[in-house]
Amino acid sequence: MAVIQVSRKPLTFAERTYLPQIVGGLKTTLKHFFAPNDTMEYPEQRPAIPPGYRGVPTLVYDPHGREKCVSCQLCEFVCPPKAIRITPGAINPDDPTAHVEKRPQEFEIDMLRCIYCGLCQEVCPEEAIWLQNQYSTTGLSRAEMVNDKQKLYELGGTLPDEHFKWDKKKAAEGGGHAH
Amino acid sequence: MTDLLFNLFAVFTVACAAGVVLCRNTVASALSLLLCLIGVAGLFALLNAVLLAVLLVFVYAGAVVALFLFIIMLLDVQGGERLPFKGATLASGVLAVGLLATGVLSLATHARLPAVAAASPAGSTLRDYAELLFTQYMLPVQVVGFLLLAAMLGVIVLSKKFAGLEDIK
Amino acid sequence: MFDFYFNFPLWFRLPLQGLAVILVLFPLAAACSMAERKISAWIQGRPGPNRTIAPILAWIPGMGVLQRLGIFQLAADGGKFTFKEDGVPGHVNKFYFILAPILAMIPALTTVAVVPFGAYLDSAGKLVPIMLANVDVGLLAVFAVSSLGVYSVILAGWASNSKYPFLGSVRASAQLISYELSMTLSVLPVFLLVNAPGGHGTLSLVDVVAMQSGGWHGFTAQSWHGLWGVCYLPLSAFIFLVALFAETNRQPFDMPESEADLVGGFHTEYGAFKWSLFFVAEYCHMIVGSGIFCLLFLGGWNLLPWLPLAKLAGLLGIAASPLLTGGLGIVIFLGKVAAFIFFFMWVRWTLPRFRYDQVMKIGWQRLLPLAIANLIFYLLAIALTQK
Ligand code: SF4
Ligand code: SF4
Repeated sequence: MAVIQVSRKPLTFAERTYLPQIVGGLKTTLKHFFAPNDTMEYPEQRPAIPPGYRGVPTLVYDPHGREKCVSCQLCEFVCPPKAIRITPGAINPDDPTAHVEKRPQEFEIDMLRCIYCGLCQEVCPEEAIWLQNQYSTTGLSRAEMVNDKQKLYELGGTLPDEHFKWDKKKAAEGGGHAH
Repeated sequence: MTDLLFNLFAVFTVACAAGVVLCRNTVASALSLLLCLIGVAGLFALLNAVLLAVLLVFVYAGAVVALFLFIIMLLDVQGGERLPFKGATLASGVLAVGLLATGVLSLATHARLPAVAAASPAGSTLRDYAELLFTQYMLPVQVVGFLLLAAMLGVIVLSKKFAGLEDIK
Repeated sequence: MFDFYFNFPLWFRLPLQGLAVILVLFPLAAACSMAERKISAWIQGRPGPNRTIAPILAWIPGMGVLQRLGIFQLAADGGKFTFKEDGVPGHVNKFYFILAPILAMIPALTTVAVVPFGAYLDSAGKLVPIMLANVDVGLLAVFAVSSLGVYSVILAGWASNSKYPFLGSVRASAQLISYELSMTLSVLPVFLLVNAPGGHGTLSLVDVVAMQSGGWHGFTAQSWHGLWGVCYLPLSAFIFLVALFAETNRQPFDMPESEADLVGGFHTEYGAFKWSLFFVAEYCHMIVGSGIFCLLFLGGWNLLPWLPLAKLAGLLGIAASPLLTGGLGIVIFLGKVAAFIFFFMWVRWTLPRFRYDQVMKIGWQRLLPLAIANLIFYLLAIALTQK
């Protein structure tokens, strides 16, 4: 590669006194002095959360109120810092969604370990875990920073669903077809 | 009041001067010198020679002792071992003290000092001081200035290595 | 009106005046630190400290404005410095380590004594300066006492017994000594002008202001007395200004601190109250330095060129009241000082730090020759014109 030697212009006398530059700098800072602040005063003003934001991981219900997680534990497996701990549980046979068979009995995400990588959402076959727009988690103890199942659903709420795959499956089974 | 202040400053000055000699720690020595100078400045101020006092503080206390300290720290001079008294040291010390004592005593007992208390002492105001400096003491001032210049040049020659001037030695 | 005060014995008045100085300077320095935080914030597009408030005060309506201005942050900061644990590191030379911040306060508080900060007209219509000690050697005394400030820096660095503070203090003291020269040389022309031939010879700051308080006499030679020093001694003012920045260790000359390469310079091992003493001392130096600049080059307590205080008081019809005139003078003077301090801070948040070799180069190779040339120029000019 050719090296191009750029000869530097010698400084003029005015430049060597530093003064014109200092005056220029002073003008710039004075402009900023009177310019409005850029700071967002947080608790009163909140930032607008853009779509696709990766906030705190949460669990969601489908529009019929069924918890979507089937405790397959893929997310627990994939989570790089091992923030997720799932205790799988069976669904009562008399439950209308008994054919889903499993749901988490306990689901904990340790927010002190979570790195907000989003892999759990990526890997979930049921679209049951979502990183939504919560960005502020606080707690006074380590225990408080562990989100349990109830808290996770509270945070997650209900998300729209396009497939209702388990309903379709149940309908298909009712029609005498094995899946 | 003045007498009291004089005694105070005098004792202070002498004590600090003793400190300069006696302190093991060189930094403490230099600081004693500083205090000693301030004491002398106080004595000057009591004699109404405010200008001298201020100049003393400005030049000696403000700059010269600071440079002393500077050098002490840069070279990291420590008190170190106290050198054993040699006969010659002892003799010269005794001689110096003797001379000083004789001088002071003869001055105190025999000298006829002009009555300074009445007249405003020379050098008390800026104008008198400047006038004396530029008339009566013109020659000494110039000579001292020249001496300082020579000393300065000497220091430069000694401390700086001149590349092309090796043959001077 | 104040006769009762002058009737007090001297031993009572002097400590009282000294106490007054401390009581005024400390809050002023604290206010400066607050102003510094706010100004830096505004320049950087931030609101700065604006949340602190004592819960009781929050009930008083209108306190919100003060809260937004960060006034209460000042008290919080002060409280923090006072009550924080004040540790002394184990490896330091304890005596000198503690002595250094105390030494820093002495010149900072002493120099104010000879700075006149206002004047009033006595019954004979003569201008009487308001100051603690009107000594003939005025400015020289300021220089002399403030030159003692270098000891606190040297001792702090040395006693800390650790290399960054030591380097910081070596730099600081070299810088202080270097710029003192240019500073002293730059004010000489002012006193050459003040001491007209036949005068009694003075270095008093009051006389400098008196020189700048002439009125307008048309386009005659007399009118220049109404101008401010900065108009006919611009180079002196400039050199003094640069040297002042260096002497107060302010950006762009804050070599001793220079946190990028020296951690915190001689501050490094200090904390809590001892550190805050250095801090206050720095601001005191700034205040006194600004005050002296205003007196020397910005007309002291005169509102505008050709509009001296006496005339202004006459125009406002308050010349007869020493209290009002004195107050007016003090307000004008403090206003100028405040503006100047703002300038200090403005520069601080604009300029990057000089390198150490640049600082030395500017001091010895640029400023000092410039100051000497300036002195010789005015010597010749004054000798030729005042013949
Ligand atoms: S959240 Fe998704 S990946 Fe995790 S256990 Fe539940 S269904 Fe499986
Ligand atoms: S976002 Fe990443 S770290 Fe957090 S729980 Fe999900 S997989 Fe684990």
